[in-house]
Order: sequence, then C-alpha cells, then structure tokens
Amino acid sequence: MEFGLTQEQIEIKELALKFSRNEIIPVAAQFDEEGKFPKDIFKKAWELGLINTCIPAEYGGAGFSALDSVIISEALSYGCMGFNTSFMANDLALLPIVLGGNDEQKKKFLTPFTTEFRVASFCLTEPGNGSDAAGIKTSVKDGGDHWIINGEKMWITNAGYADLFVVYATLDPALKHKGICALVVDGKTEGIVLGKKEDKMGHRSSDTRGVRFNNVKVPKENMLGNPGDGWSIAMNTLDHSRPLVASSALGGAQRAMDLSIQYSKERIQFGVPLAKHQAIQFMIAEMGMKIEASRLLIHKAAWLCDQGIRNTEIASYAKAFASDSCMQITTDAVQIYGGYGYSKEYPVEKLMRDAKLIQIYEGTSQIQRLVMARELLK
Amino acid sequence: MNIFVCVKQVPDTETKITPTADGSFIETNSIKWIMNPYDEFAVEQALLVKASNPAANVTVVRVGSVKDTEALRTAMAMGADDAILVEAQDNLDSYSIAKALKGAIEKSGKKPDMILTGKQAIDDDALQVPQVLAQMLDLPSVSVIVGFELSGSTVKVKREIEGGALEVYAVNTPCLLAANKGLNTPRYASLPGIMKAKKKPLAQYSLSDVGVTDADRRVKYSGFRLPPEKPAGKKFDATDAAKQKEVVAQVVGLLRTEAKVI
Ligand SMILES: Cc1cc2nc3c(=O)[nH]c(=O)nc-3n(C[C@H](O)[C@H](O)[C@H](O)COP(=O)(O)OP(=O)(O)OC[C@H]3O[C@@H](n4cnc5c(N)ncnc54)[C@H](O)[C@@H]3O)c2cc1C
Ligand SMILES: Cc1cc2nc3c(=O)[nH]c(=O)nc-3n(C[C@H](O)[C@H](O)[C@H](O)COP(=O)(O)OP(=O)(O)OC[C@H]3O[C@@H](n4cnc5c(N)ncnc54)[C@H](O)[C@@H]3O)c2cc1C
Repeated sequence: MEFGLTQEQIEIKELALKFSRNEIIPVAAQFDEEGKFPKDIFKKAWELGLINTCIPAEYGGAGFSALDSVIISEALSYGCMGFNTSFMANDLALLPIVLGGNDEQKKKFLTPFTTEFRVASFCLTEPGNGSDAAGIKTSVKDGGDHWIINGEKMWITNAGYADLFVVYATLDPALKHKGICALVVDGKTEGIVLGKKEDKMGHRSSDTRGVRFNNVKVPKENMLGNPGDGWSIAMNTLDHSRPLVASSALGGAQRAMDLSIQYSKERIQFGVPLAKHQAIQFMIAEMGMKIEASRLLIHKAAWLCDQGIRNTEIASYAKAFASDSCMQITTDAVQIYGGYGYSKEYPVEKLMRDAKLIQIYEGTSQIQRLVMARELLK
Repeated sequence: MNIFVCVKQVPDTETKITPTADGSFIETNSIKWIMNPYDEFAVEQALLVKASNPAANVTVVRVGSVKDTEALRTAMAMGADDAILVEAQDNLDSYSIAKALKGAIEKSGKKPDMILTGKQAIDDDALQVPQVLAQMLDLPSVSVIVGFELSGSTVKVKREIEGGALEVYAVNTPCLLAANKGLNTPRYASLPGIMKAKKKPLAQYSLSDVGVTDADRRVKYSGFRLPPEKPAGKKFDATDAAKQKEVVAQVVGLLRTEAKVI
C-alpha cells in the first residue's frame, strides 16, 4: 500500500499550485465580481499542459492517470473553484469521447485539443430534467446520411465559447435510457442557438447558458458508440468525472482552511489570537479532518479508475463527502473571519458561494446518496 | 555555445525556519526548497539565448545537498539541457561555493561562453559568489543586470544603479552576468517539460572531485538564531487637545531614546 505521491506528481502539483498563486488568486475576485470569462488564463493553463488532462498520449495528450488529473484539479481549484469549473468542463466533454469513441473519432476530436487552445461543453441537463437525467427530451432523428438534433439544453458550462459540444439526445423518450445517444457536435454547426449567460450566485466567471438545437445536422460518424449507447457512456463518464469534481471541492476547502489558520493567528480578541480559543480550534480541527478524509476518498476513487476497477460507489462517496465538507468548511471559514468574513474585501465569502454549486452539479448530494444506497443494497 | 547557469536552492519564503541546536545552520529536514528567485531570471535569460541560438547548450550547476534537487529539476523542466550537482552541505561559505562551481564547470569539459547567475541568494544575502567566481575564472563580470542584448560575441547589458538610473556596458564573451529582477519574466516549467526533465542528464560530483577541501572554507557559521520577536506597538492618546503637547514630547523622546531613529 502506498499513500505518497510520486516525485513527478509532487512536481505537477507544485506547478499547478504556483500557477494558482501567481495567475489565478490575484484576479479571481475581480472576474467573479464582473462575471467575466477568464479566457486568457484558461489558455495559459492549456499552454502549460494543465488542461484536458484526460486525453491519452496516443492522441497527443500528456497521458496522465486519473490520479494525476485530480491532483492537478485540486491545485487549480485552490486558486478558484469557478475558474476550475470552466477548465474541468473541457474534460467533462472530452471524457465521453475518450471512453466511448472509436479510434477514428478520438483522432478527429481529441487531437485538435492538444494542438490548439479549444473549449468544449457537455450537454446533458435540460430545463425539465436535471437529476432525472434519463428523462431527456432532446431528440435525435435519422436524416439519411446524417443525424438531426432538436431540443433544449440547460446549465451548459462553457457554452458561449464552445468549439465542440457533446450532446445527449434520445431516439424516443419512451425508450427511456435505452434510447439515449451521445453525439459530438461542432460548435459552428448551423442551428445552435445560445441563451443568455446566467447570473449566478457563485462560479460567476464560468460561462453557463441554455443551448437550443434547431434541426442541427450532425455527420453520421459523430455518434459515440451505437444508437442507444449514450446512457452507459454518460454513466461511465460520471465515474471518471466525479472524483475530478470532488477534487475541485477539495481545493476550495483547503484554501478555506489555510486562510482560516492564517487569520485565526492574526486576529486578537479577548487579548489573545482567535486560534487560542478552543471553539476556533475545534472548527479548524474539523476542517483538517474532513479535508484529509476527502483527499483519501478522491485518491482512492481515481486510483480505482486507473486500475480499471468499477468505482461507482466510491466515486459517489468522494463527490458527496468532499462537496458537503467544502460547504461546511467554507461556512466555518466565514464564521472564523466574523464580520470581515461577510465582506467582499476578504476572500472567504466567495469560497462559501462557490462551494454551494459543487453540491449541485454532476449529481446533487442527494443523488450521490441514491447511488451509494443502490450500490450498497443491491 | 556553452551557457552555464549557477542556481542555488533556498528555503521557500513561507517556510518556518528553525536554527539547529548547535547554531551552525538551520534545520533542513522539514524545509520546502525552491530555486533562488534571482536565479530564475538567469535560467530564463539562458533559455532566451538558446531560443535564438539552437546550437547553444544550457547547463545548470548547483552546489548543495542531494536530499532534494528541486532547483535543478525545475531548471531542466523549464528547458535547460543538463545539470551538475556538486554534493556539499548547504551552509558552505561563498568562497568554497565559488571554487566548487569553478571546479564543476571545468570538470564538465565544456568551455563556458557565458555564465549566468542571480545577483544574490535570498537566504544568506551574501552577494559574493558571482564576483568571486568571475575573479577565479578571470572573466569580466557585471552584476544586477536588468537588460541583455547579445549580438555576435558582445553582450550589451544594462545595470541598475542608485536612484534608478541605468549604466550600459558592452561585455565580450566569455563573461559572467548576474541577473536582477526585471531582466525578463521567467517561464513556468510546463507539464511536458517536467516529464522530459526526468530523462535529462544530471552529473554528480563530490567536493573533492572539484578540488575543494576543508582548507578552502573561509567562514564557519556558529550562531544562527531567530530574530527577537517584535514587541507590541505603543499607542498614544492625543484626543485631548490640552494634553497634545505633552504626548508629542513623549513620542519624540521615545523615538530618540528607545527606537533611536531620530
Ligand atoms: C452553474 C451550473 C453549471 C452546470 N453545468 C452543467 C453542464 O456543463 N452540463 C450539464 O449537462 N449540466 C450542467 N449543470 C446542471 C446540473 O448538473 C444540474 O443542475 C443538477 O444535475 C441538478 O439538476 P436540477 O438543477 O434540474 O435540479 P433538480 O433535479 O430539480 O433537483 C432539485 C432538488 O431535488 C433533489 N432531488 C431530485 N430528485 C431527487 C430524488 N430522487 N431523491 C431525492 N432528492 C432529489 C435534488 O437533490 C435537488 O436538491 C450545471 C448546473 C449549474 C447550476
Ligand atoms: C453586515 C454587518 C452589520 C453589522 N451591523 C452592526 C451594527 O449596526 N452595529 C454594531 O455595533 N455592529 C455591527 N456589526 C458588527 C458585528 O456585531 C460583529 O461583526 C460581531 O460582533 C463579530 O465581531 P467581529 O466581526 O469583530 O468578529 P470577531 O470578534 O473577530 O470574531 C471572529 C470569530 O471568533 C469567534 N470568537 C471571538 N471570541 C471568541 C471567544 N472568546 N471564544 C470563542 N470564539 C470566539 C467569533 O465567534 C467569530 O467566529 C455588523 C456586522 C456585519 C457583518
């Protein structure tokens, strides 16, 4: 059994943390305030090889393991959970191609992401179905030499900048999950209509929109797997992406703890630093305990991916535990900062707003518990 | 063209420093090391030269302990071609370090066309190694450079002097140049760079391999101590107009007798 990171993983983590400290932390609050998409920083991170970590070496990627990916994601999220949502959405969209595409499709769709900076979106959620993802209404019809997509997607990260969409659509809603297909759609295809950018509580720099598909024609060879394989591709993707999303919560939680420790040593109340009060000590102890447990769950969930062992249950533990912990830890960080924590002059209120989303997307904390129970009781 | 860059590994500025029990140095076990920030400018300058002279070879050299080779690995991940480590304790004095660097450069068999260093190391702030090394190698040297322009075998360098004015020098290679902040913007090591660095050659010499003996040691450290804790500040209440004169006199007195700043 080996708990330590390899020398290479330590260096990768250091690089990503350095990038967070130098490039992200100094500007994150401003991008959040203005709701501005950090395209230049995204591109710079891509130039350093920190983006699209899921692309295998044979298609031009660095050949990172799932464990490497969560280490990078945690470090980038330490800089800003919102920025990391934009970064991670690329992986979310590319993973179905990595996991469900044939060799031809991987060459065609993945390799361009390694040679130039490109943005991708994953389109599963619709206005009428979020948690109940199998209830997809967006339709895909056979148009002879192409497929035709019609319908509306909601809450699509990166949509306003996407060069490529991976879209889930159904051959017939009555078929339920057996009718779902996954298609790769070029961002410039005619008939794609973007909604307005959502004005959100947190992750305000990330670009989230509704997307309409009006008679969008897609080449036949752009369907991943066979008609009806979409659901298993989506579920397989989630097993890989949930540890990644969990690591985003972990990075935010770690930042909240580091800030809490620093502040509690500086702020004097009742003649001593806050850190001398046991009530504060206990909050910090709780943070440390939850962060360590989250990290172990995440690393195990990613390690299982790398071993090719089914990780559905552990991935859900990791996602729910890390995101619920992040919510608690960032809330306590605001508490430790007292009145100052409630002000935008200090960094912790943003962490608390950002934490909330991670309990919602990629399967809410409730849905994770449904998955766990299903696995445990089957 | 052979470029050597001397890099030192120093404690991260955020690392907690603890002197050893005998006061001869600091505890190095728990320290997080980084490349001396001024050396990053030197590495970057070497890589910029290499970018326009593809035949150039950049070798990074460090004298220090083997336990952690962070600085050399970072430099190779940024793009340096190879590295030399001279194994030594981390608290050598400037003279021994310069002599070890000279020995390592000579032992490499490559004739240096240019040696780049940082202007100082942020741990002991001795500001000596570049000048001592240049003297030992009988090379022209300029320190605190903020501008660099190579044409043929002449480098035009700018150096900052008191008051922010600039001196301009034309230096013939081979030479030694010591970098200041502002010379360039050091690149990040990229992830592919980190992967490639593992396969780059790292030669390892002992101090005796490079001709340094105990007798070369000019300075021995014996009294490392933490600086005394800053006493809490004093507050003076001057809200009462009648007492203001008295308070001002008191403050001036203390600035004279206690703080000794006026
Ligand atoms: C900022 C942002 C970015 C997003 N990015 C993307 C993206 O890029 N691509 C994409 O496809 N989607 C994306 N989403 C959508 C996200 O995955 C969904 O919001 C999420 O799955 C929840 O769905 P919903 O919002 O429809 O909530 P609902 O499904 O309506 O759920 C509402 C509440 O009911 C609970 N609930 C629902 N069903 C059950 C049940 N059976 N038992 C117990 N409780 C239940 C939920 O836990 C939740 O608390 C994003 C969302 C946001 C907010
Ligand atoms: C929006 C807003 C409006 C406000 N309006 C008013 C107003 O109108 N008038 C007014 O007078 N004030 C006002 N306040 C101030 C508010 O009452 C203080 O912020 C509050 O009393 C906490 O003080 P503090 O912010 O200095 O935090 P601190 O006292 O620094 O406390 C920081 C943290 O340490 C904890 N802590 C402190 N001491 C101990 C201890 N001995 N043991 C255990 N834990 C401890 C606290 O519980 C807190 O979690 C307002 C504050 C805000 C944010």
